[in-house]
Amino acid sequence: MSEEQLLQEVTGSEYKYGFYTNIESDKAPPGLNEEIIRFISAKKNEPEWMTDWRLDAFRKWEKMKEPNWANVNYSSPDFQAISYYAAPKKKKQLDSLDEVDPELLKTFEKLGISLDEQKRLSGVAMDVVVDSVSVKTTFKEKLSELGIIFCSISEAIQEHPDLVRKYLGTVVPKSDNFYAALNSAVFTDGSFCYIPKGVRCPMELSTYFRINEAGTGQFERTLLIADEASYVSYLEGCTAPMRDENQLHAAVVELIALDDAEIKYSTVQNWYPGDKNGKGGVYNFVTKRGICERNAKISWTQVETGSAVTWKYPSCILKGENSVGEFYSVAVTNNYQQADTGTKMIHLGKNTKSTIISKGICAGKSNGSYRGLVKIGPRAENARNFSQCDSLLMGSSCGSHTFPYIETKNKTAKVEHEATTSKIGEDQIFYCNQRGIGEEEAIALIVNGYCKDVLNQLPMEFAVEAQKLLAISLEGSVG
Amino acid sequence: MEQLKDKLESSFILFENDLNGQAKTPIHKIRQKAFKTFEEKGFPTKRNEEWKYTNLNPILKHDYRIFQKGDNAIDFKDVKRYFLSDMDTYKLVFVDGVFSSWLSETTHDRFDVCTFNSMMAKNPQLLEEYFNKALPAEESLAAINTAFAREGAFIRIKKGQTADKPVEMVFFTTRQDKEVMMQPRNLVVVEENAEVQIVERHQSLSELPVLTNVATEIFAHKASRLFYYKVQNDNLQASLIDSTSVIQQEKSNVTIGTFSFGNKFIRNNLNIFLQGEHTETNMDGITIIGDGQLCDHHTLVDHKIPNCLSNELYKGIYDGSAHGVFNGKVMVHPHAQKTNAFQENNNILLTDKASIDTKPQLEIYADDVQCSHGCTIGQLDEDALFYLQSRGIPEKEGKALLLYAFANDGLRNVKIQELRKKLNRQIAHKLGVNLDFEL
Repeated sequence: MSEEQLLQEVTGSEYKYGFYTNIESDKAPPGLNEEIIRFISAKKNEPEWMTDWRLDAFRKWEKMKEPNWANVNYSSPDFQAISYYAAPKKKKQLDSLDEVDPELLKTFEKLGISLDEQKRLSGVAMDVVVDSVSVKTTFKEKLSELGIIFCSISEAIQEHPDLVRKYLGTVVPKSDNFYAALNSAVFTDGSFCYIPKGVRCPMELSTYFRINEAGTGQFERTLLIADEASYVSYLEGCTAPMRDENQLHAAVVELIALDDAEIKYSTVQNWYPGDKNGKGGVYNFVTKRGICERNAKISWTQVETGSAVTWKYPSCILKGENSVGEFYSVAVTNNYQQADTGTKMIHLGKNTKSTIISKGICAGKSNGSYRGLVKIGPRAENARNFSQCDSLLMGSSCGSHTFPYIETKNKTAKVEHEATTSKIGEDQIFYCNQRGIGEEEAIALIVNGYCKDVLNQLPMEFAVEAQKLLAISLEGSVG
Repeated sequence: MEQLKDKLESSFILFENDLNGQAKTPIHKIRQKAFKTFEEKGFPTKRNEEWKYTNLNPILKHDYRIFQKGDNAIDFKDVKRYFLSDMDTYKLVFVDGVFSSWLSETTHDRFDVCTFNSMMAKNPQLLEEYFNKALPAEESLAAINTAFAREGAFIRIKKGQTADKPVEMVFFTTRQDKEVMMQPRNLVVVEENAEVQIVERHQSLSELPVLTNVATEIFAHKASRLFYYKVQNDNLQASLIDSTSVIQQEKSNVTIGTFSFGNKFIRNNLNIFLQGEHTETNMDGITIIGDGQLCDHHTLVDHKIPNCLSNELYKGIYDGSAHGVFNGKVMVHPHAQKTNAFQENNNILLTDKASIDTKPQLEIYADDVQCSHGCTIGQLDEDALFYLQSRGIPEKEGKALLLYAFANDGLRNVKIQELRKKLNRQIAHKLGVNLDFEL
C-alpha cells in the first residue's frame, strides 16, 4: 500500500460516538443575561451567596473580551444563541441504577461505559454529566464510609456549602479569563470531590461528560480537594453527538492538593471533532488548574483526540515547598481539527519540580500547537523543570507549532526544554517491513511507541480506552 | 513615548523640506509610506506579543535630538581601540551620523565600499532594486528608520569577487550637550559567488543617553558567502535597536554573529528570509550583561523554500539585575520540505536579581522536516568548579573559566582572527578576570 493510500485510510475514519439520544430535556431559552443566571440558580435551588457569586462573575464577564491570541481560527460562538441550561427531565434523586432513564442507560452502553458493568467489574466510581446535569453517581455510599465526598457540584452546594464556599474560585478566580468567567456565571453542574485527611481513595473516581441536546453549551465545573496526606486518582471522559453546528464546551476544573496530598487527574477528551470537511464539532475551551501545598503532587494526564477547536492548558501552581507538578499529554488532530494546548508550571516554592511531556500528532489538514509556560519565581530556590514536546506530522498539509515561554527569576533554577518535529521515517517503516511487519502495523507500532511515555501514566482502564481512541482517530494505525 | 512620536512627526516634515528636489523621487515615496506605518502603529508596547518582555518606555522618555550638527571631528588616536588592531581593513566611519572620510578607507575598484548617501547619488537604480525590500513592512521601528533613511554604509561585492580584507563599520556619537537619536541605514549586497566579512559597531562617546535605531538590509545572491559580526559593547547610557533583514538566494551561506556585552538596552530584530534552495544560515550570539542592562534577541528564520539549513546558537550569562530575553522563531511553510532547522538557547543566571525570559518557537507546516530546539537555564557544574579549585585555580578564576568555556561556543563561526581575539578579551573583561590565553 502506498503511503498516500495509507494516510488516506488512516485519516479517513468516522466519529463513532456521534449518536443522539432522545431524552426529554428541560431547556432554558437561548441567551445570556442576569435573568437567565437567576433562572439557573433558582432551578438548582441554590443559596443566595451562590447566586451572588454567579452574578458577580457575569458582570465581570461582560467587561471582558474574547481572547484571540491562541493559534486557532474559528468563527466566534454567538453567546446569545446558546441555551445555558439543558437537563434531562425526571431530575429526582436516584439511588440505584434501576431508576435511571433506560434511554440514558442505552446511551452509556453505546458509549461503551455500561454503568452496571462499571459498578460490578471495574470498581470505578462514576459521576455522569449529560448536557449540564449530573445524572448518576455510583458507589457513593461505599465512598462515604471512608469520609470521601463524591457527588455532583450542585449537590455539594446544598449539602457541603462550607467546603464549596471555602475553595470554589480560589484556584481559578472568576475573572481569570473570558471562558472561566462565563463558566463561573452559568455553570450548571459538574463534580465535587473531597478526600479527607490521610485517606487513600481505594478506587478511581470518574466523571463522564456528554453534550446531548442541540443548541446547548456545556459548562461544567469540577472541584477536587485532597486534604492533607490523601491520595486520589480521577478520570474524566467526554463525548458529544454529531451536529453541523459548533457547540461550546467551557469547563473549569480546580484541584487543591493540601500538604502531602497527591492528585492524579486523567482526561480522555473525545468531543465530536467535526466532519471531514471541518463542519461542526465542539469548541473545547477549558481552564484547568491545580494548586500544590507543601510536599503535594498534581499530575495531569490527557489524551486529546476530539473537538474541532481545543484551547486547554492544565496548569500547576507549585506553591508549597517540595511540591511536584506533572503534565503528560497526547494531542491528536485530524482533518480540520485545531488544538492549542499545553500547560503552565508556576514555581513559587522552594525545591519544586515539574515535568512536561507533550506529544502531538497531526494529520490531514489539522493544526496542533503546544503552548507552555514555565515560570520560576524569585523565591523558588532549586526549582527544576524538564520539558519535552515532540510533534509527529502525518501528511504534508498539517501544521505543528510550539510556543514555549520560559521565565526565570532565580539563579538556582534548572530549566530544560527540548522540542522536535519529524515524520515517521521511511527507514523506520523499512526496518519493520524487513522484519515482516506490514506498513500499517509498523505505523501502529511507531505511533504507539511514540505515545508510550504518556499512555503509561494513565490508569489501566483508561489506557485501554485511550488506545482505542487513538485507533479511531488515526484508524488503522494503532492496534 | 507620545512626546517622542510627536517630535518624530514634526522632524519628518523638516526632513522633507530639507530634501529639495529629492522629495519627488520614488525613494521618498517609500519613506513617506514607512512614516505612515509608524504614525499608525506608534511605538510597540508590552501588549504587543513581540514586546511582551521588553518595555521601551524607559528609553523613549528622553527628549532626543533627531538631527545632529555633525561638525564634530574626532582624533583617530582617541578611538583607535574601537577598531580591530594589527590588521588592515576597509573602514566606514560615521561621526554623529556624518561620514568621516578622514577616518575611513573606502574603495570602488573591484567592489563598492562606500556610503548610502553616495550610492543614492551615483546608483539610483540600485536603490530602487534593493531599498526597503527586505525589512518587514509592519515593524514600526524599522519603519522610522526607513522614513529618515539618508546615511549609512553601502557595501556591494560584485559577481565573483572576494573582498580582500574585512570591512569595518563604526558609528560614533561624540560628546553631546543633549540626548540624541541616531538612525543609520545600511545596505549590503553580495552578488553571485562573492564573499565578504563585515564587522559592525556603534560607539557613543557621550555621557548622555544615545538611542541608536539602526536598520540593515542584506541581500545574499546565489552562492555568495557573507560573514557579518555585530559587536554591541557601548557605554551604559546608550541604547540600541537593531533591525536586520537578510534575503538569501540559492546556495548562499550567511553567518551572523551578535556579541552583546554593553549598552543599557539592546533589542535585536534579526530576520532571515530564504528565497532559494540549498542555503545555509548560521546565527550565533553571546550575551554577557550585568546590573541594569537589558538585552533582547528576536530572531526569525523564514523557511519558504525546500532543502535549506538553519542553525542557531545563543548563549547568555546574566549578572546583577540584568534582564535577558530570547525569542527565536522558526517558520517552515508548506512545501518547504527537507528543511533542517536547529535552534539552541542556553542561559546562566548568576544572581537572584537577574532574570531571563525565553521563548523558542517553532511553526511548522511541512512534514518531511527535521526541526529541533533546545533551551536550558542552569548553573555552573559544582564538580567542575571543585576540580579546578583542587588544582589550585581560585574560585573566582575557576568560575570565570567555566563561564568562558560556556560562552565560547558562540565564537565558533568567527573567522577573523583579530576579532576573535578582541571578543575573547571583551568576554574576559566582562567576566572580571584576566584570562591570559587564546583559544
